Amino acid sequence: MSHNILVIGELDEGSASSTTLELLAGASEIASGGNVSVTLLGTGASQAVGACAGANTAYASDDAQYDDFRGDQWIVAIQSAVESESPDVILVAQSIVGREIGPRLSHKLGTAVAMDCVSISDEEGSIKATRPCFGGNAMATYGFSTSPAIATVRAKSFEVIEGSSGPTTSTELPAASQSRTEIIATEAATSEGLQIQDATVVVTGGRGLGDAEAFGEMESIASAIGLDKAAVGASRAAVDLGWYPPSQQVGLTGKVVTPDLYLAVAVSGASQHMAGCSGSKTIVGINRDEEANIWSFSRYGIIGDYKQIVPALIEELKKASGN
Amino acid sequence: MHLVVCAKQIPDPDTPPSAFKIDEATNSVVPAPGISPILSQFDGIAAEAALRIKEAGGEDAKVTVISMGADSARAAIKQVLAMGADEGVLLNDDAFEDGDSYTTAKVLASAIRELGDVDAVFCGRQAADWDMGQVGLLLAEELGWASAIIAKDISYSEGSVSVQRVLTDGFETVQMALPAVMTVSNEFGEPRYPKLPQIMAAAKKTVTQYSAAELGLDAADVGASGSRLKIEKLFIPETDSNVEFMRGDTPQEQAAELVRRLQADKLI
Repeated sequence: MSHNILVIGELDEGSASSTTLELLAGASEIASGGNVSVTLLGTGASQAVGACAGANTAYASDDAQYDDFRGDQWIVAIQSAVESESPDVILVAQSIVGREIGPRLSHKLGTAVAMDCVSISDEEGSIKATRPCFGGNAMATYGFSTSPAIATVRAKSFEVIEGSSGPTTSTELPAASQSRTEIIATEAATSEGLQIQDATVVVTGGRGLGDAEAFGEMESIASAIGLDKAAVGASRAAVDLGWYPPSQQVGLTGKVVTPDLYLAVAVSGASQHMAGCSGSKTIVGINRDEEANIWSFSRYGIIGDYKQIVPALIEELKKASGN
Repeated sequence: MHLVVCAKQIPDPDTPPSAFKIDEATNSVVPAPGISPILSQFDGIAAEAALRIKEAGGEDAKVTVISMGADSARAAIKQVLAMGADEGVLLNDDAFEDGDSYTTAKVLASAIRELGDVDAVFCGRQAADWDMGQVGLLLAEELGWASAIIAKDISYSEGSVSVQRVLTDGFETVQMALPAVMTVSNEFGEPRYPKLPQIMAAAKKTVTQYSAAELGLDAADVGASGSRLKIEKLFIPETDSNVEFMRGDTPQEQAAELVRRLQADKLI
């Protein structure tokens, strides 16, 4: 059965974000002939719709007030697109935007949202949303008894449609309305260099490292592999202990990463952590605990004290790369 | 000043995967033997946030903890009372069972309206069982209040509150008028750990119980029958467990073996 799907897009430095393009790819598959529309809000939105491959129609507002996300302002604009399109499915990323828009929009539209989904499918005409729960120990598939079905979707759940373009025009959405929340300060905590979501190798340190200094060794592993492809992450326990910045946290409440190689050092592999990295192509563990949960996800492992293994690993990596 | 903390009792998320079992017939989690359910950790942090404001707020400041659940949820309420909350409210009715986030928010909102004079509500950013992270926002929508999610820091003043929120790559501070709903994240800090005298004192604090009828709710609008999101299948995902441990007598040999494998797989 065909579906009429609205994707709530997000801008990343004036272009449609990678997750927006993933959602559009997923939407055009699920729509099976139905209409796919996209909303973009903020500076550059009406230009950015051109890259929204998978969308047939676009709604945009270039109002710079949308650049800083405020849920109530966005919802007014999105509701006007919903009125024009009458979608039966609405998709939004499980981002700082989606975490708020999903529930609030569902309430405004008298329907429900399934949060943090990894797959959306059509079963005999009705939409099903599958998502991890219990910290990744279980998966749950949901159906909706109200319409539209809204889902927030985890990054990298769909593959982007390559080499195709989006709508050439967009319908203008209203400028931002009044907000009940005023943003009085912002502070960037962006790490320098490669972001963990973009790295092909992620080296993650866990609570088992024992102290903040040990993260210096994680950084040495990353530089031995090459800082053009490797970045350092941290488990929630390590971040909560103040050993590494929250921007580097991998897990259910941190970032979701899907690198080719995920090297987990002194990470037990608690399910809330694995929810943020289990999509990695190859997971390698270094852990002294033979019973650690990380082994259930690992391709390769070294059992032992990281304090002895990591220096040896850094040396071998340097040898291998000829440095 | 009247602050409300929403608290949920959940299966201990540190239950080892080997002890984690589900009942596929009822799409529910089978309680692991010998592992007690706990107060959802984020709700403990939400309680900490409310209590710090109460302590700075003078004598007329009051914290009420609300939980929707079976009689066993009293343990979660008692824990927040032991941390320093003043009163507890248990929303217990068979009609509330197997609801979704929407019906949960609806029941909590009715209880908050019943309390009448509430200035702010504190929820965990998500419950560590279903991990949906939407009750706080839905509650704000039900009440028609402002909201801010994923708080790292909260500063409360007469009539308004400013909330520092954790974003993907940084933080932002938003200000909003009260009454409002906030959800609190782990970046806020650790919740206090009640000591024995406080646990004893908590046993004497009042816990008021409400049913659907007492909140003026129609049983058909709450719980499973009022739910908009229906769970159809709960299952344990399969994981690859073909781990190969690197051989070698020394860390150096093991590390060299690992590097060879990673090179062969073109991962480095």
